[in-house]
Amino acid sequence: MADYEIPKITGEEGILEIPHIQPDAMKSHGPWISKHEFQEYMHFPTDFKMPESVEHYGDADTLVENWKERALAKMADLKGRYRSLQVYLDICVKCGACTDKCHYFLGTTDPKNMPVARQDLLRKVYRRYFTFAGKFFAKLGMPGFVGGAELTEDVVKDWYNYYHQCSQCRRCSVFCPYGIDTAEISMAAREILDHIGMGQKYCTEIMGKVHKIGNNLGLPGGALADTLEGLEEDIYDDTGVEVKLPMDKKGADILLVTPSADFFAEPHVDGLMGYAKVFHELGLDWTLSSYASEGANFGMFIGSYENMRKISLRVRKAAIDLGVKRIVFGECGHAWRVAYSFLNTLAGPFDFLDQNYPIPQHVLEITEPALAAGKLNIDKSLNDDMTLTFHDSCNIARGSRMGDKPGGQFEIPRNVIKAVCNNFVDMPADTIHDATYCCGGGGGILTDDLMEVRVKGAQPRMEALKYVTDHHGVTHMAAICAICKSQFTKVIPYYGFTMDQIVSVHQLVSNALILTGQLTEEEMEAKEAAEEAERLAAKEAREKAAAEKAAAEKESKD
Amino acid sequence: MAIGVIYAVLFWAATLVLVLGVANKVLIYWKTPAPLKIPTTPAPITRSGVVVRMMSEVFLFKSLYRSDKLLWALGFAFHYSMLFIVIRHFRYVLDPVWSVIQFMQPIGRYAAFVFVLALLGLLARRIFIDRVRYITSPSDRAMLGLLIFIGLSGMTMSFFGGHTDIVMVKEFFTGLITFDLKPLPADAPLLIHLGLVLILMFIFPISKLLHAPGIFFSPTRNQVDNPREKRHLSPWAAELEKQGKMYLDELD
Repeated sequence: MADYEIPKITGEEGILEIPHIQPDAMKSHGPWISKHEFQEYMHFPTDFKMPESVEHYGDADTLVENWKERALAKMADLKGRYRSLQVYLDICVKCGACTDKCHYFLGTTDPKNMPVARQDLLRKVYRRYFTFAGKFFAKLGMPGFVGGAELTEDVVKDWYNYYHQCSQCRRCSVFCPYGIDTAEISMAAREILDHIGMGQKYCTEIMGKVHKIGNNLGLPGGALADTLEGLEEDIYDDTGVEVKLPMDKKGADILLVTPSADFFAEPHVDGLMGYAKVFHELGLDWTLSSYASEGANFGMFIGSYENMRKISLRVRKAAIDLGVKRIVFGECGHAWRVAYSFLNTLAGPFDFLDQNYPIPQHVLEITEPALAAGKLNIDKSLNDDMTLTFHDSCNIARGSRMGDKPGGQFEIPRNVIKAVCNNFVDMPADTIHDATYCCGGGGGILTDDLMEVRVKGAQPRMEALKYVTDHHGVTHMAAICAICKSQFTKVIPYYGFTMDQIVSVHQLVSNALILTGQLTEEEMEAKEAAEEAERLAAKEAREKAAAEKAAAEKESKD
Repeated sequence: MAIGVIYAVLFWAATLVLVLGVANKVLIYWKTPAPLKIPTTPAPITRSGVVVRMMSEVFLFKSLYRSDKLLWALGFAFHYSMLFIVIRHFRYVLDPVWSVIQFMQPIGRYAAFVFVLALLGLLARRIFIDRVRYITSPSDRAMLGLLIFIGLSGMTMSFFGGHTDIVMVKEFFTGLITFDLKPLPADAPLLIHLGLVLILMFIFPISKLLHAPGIFFSPTRNQVDNPREKRHLSPWAAELEKQGKMYLDELD
């Protein structure tokens, strides 16, 4: 299946033992490098002269002209604009508290995947070129004494490789005594790399599609409309109720912004049908937008404030153009971090929206209170074929909130699951809530050219899942993030699970929700039989009429 | 007297470097904008909540406690023993000595043992745990060594038969404050002790010791979790909006 060893999981404790370090275990050239035209599209510099034999920068050991000056200049610029970067580069005491906290380190054993060591790849250059101690000891020929290092091609290659083995999940920042957030460092590093022609293909091309077409998948408006119509039919066939999934409906109350994976990927799409059914049942007037048909915002992954803002402004424009009163986001992890924590900053102020609702609002912030108030008719037994556990998505757990109390992001999804399912078990405490392990595919890592990183990075979560599977009979894991769902469905087969064990939270709601006027299975069958009979009768009538007509024609001819 | 003059000049210089150096760094941290709301959540939703969170980090090392109990115990023992020792040392510059400092005198004296043992524990981690050894630079070990020798040289004077003329030391330091030069006893343990403290003062603003002021500026710990309620905008981002530009290099 792969040319690397798949980690073994035991399910005994649910928590991995801390491995011994194996230097260079994950040394590699890193993911594919972005094409010139996409870099240009993102407004990154492309004014480099490149040897003719080289197709992409960074290929064939070729860095662009003046890469060193450009990289240092960008670092100077960023540390002047981001307090996080400036402070975090200075204050780490190398205590080692974070060293066993990263899922990529636990899964790969490469010491450069320990958060502090990952930071040090950038910090050692900062020490050497921007601090007195570093400059002084460099003059003595020993910058390493104070943790400094010369900026060489090898350092840049390490940046590219190891900053693309970080999913920016921020688990390290929870455990750091100073809250040092490796995500801030890896975002800055990627921004620097983007300025020396070494953007990552996956992130950059996806953002190109968002800018050009409106979503990560490059799904044009027409195709989207067809998809939504198909989903309406699916719901109708299932329930006998006409639930609408409107697009570009002017004057609707709510604009729903959701990751584009919700439109077609499994189990995402079942979640989308779940939102639609909830909105229908609560009588909410909502719409999707073909212009802002994407909740994801990969601008965050590459640390580009400007690109993140540009993508966010689409949501603002869509809301204004459609004249909505509220903005609601679907199940997506980093999209919710950008929405909850950054949208007001990037695309606000939202004084044209209804101030009685949170701006923006998470779809679970609608579903949970509705369930609590008994506004939805739920038959929990419809989910009795499953025993659920819940995977806290890192960006939601550590980078956002739901509801009006700290920690609502843990309670609200669980409340919803418990309200629609009889069987729920949490994974071990060190692997949930703000100590949750990343799925292994977040932060711009969800690409086939990083499969080894993804599989190994999932190991801590798989161990926890195996534990509840073996000890508590868990059959399914629910998630509220498009990336988590895509990553898990792809990697859990490596660990002996099956991809249909991953479900959307709103899929569970959808399963248990009885719509007003919904037909039971028997009624549905009876209805279908009646419709079939009607069709047959009509067909017979048509045939009879045709035969009569033919006979009449024949008669008249005769 | 020559030694007194050299040490006096060095102490004045070190104080200047320490104060100005840290002030300079704090000013840089203060002035560097935090363009986005990035508190590690769950985070307090009020300013007073943030003060409580920050104090629990500064005084209790709360995140470290969650992270690594042994490291927390060593770090806690080291920092608090150092605090008691520093408080005790005020008797060498204050006249009259406040009663609270007199009260702290025996605690501060015996805290030296905890101080050195905790530091040895921290050093052992850097040697024996492969992950910590990997991230350790020579300067990290040197800094622990510096503190250990500060402790040992001090303990030589207070416990192990040192006969340092404390009254004379006190006159030297109170003299420093009033720019009235007094002689310093030419005592080896004392000169070593003070010399190492001087090094510590000099390197403070250019080393990881900046974690002390730096933690107060850590956005993941000092921000209020209220981005939906209150719009947060950095000056450079505001400039983009004001000029209607998408990219920073397009700004006038």
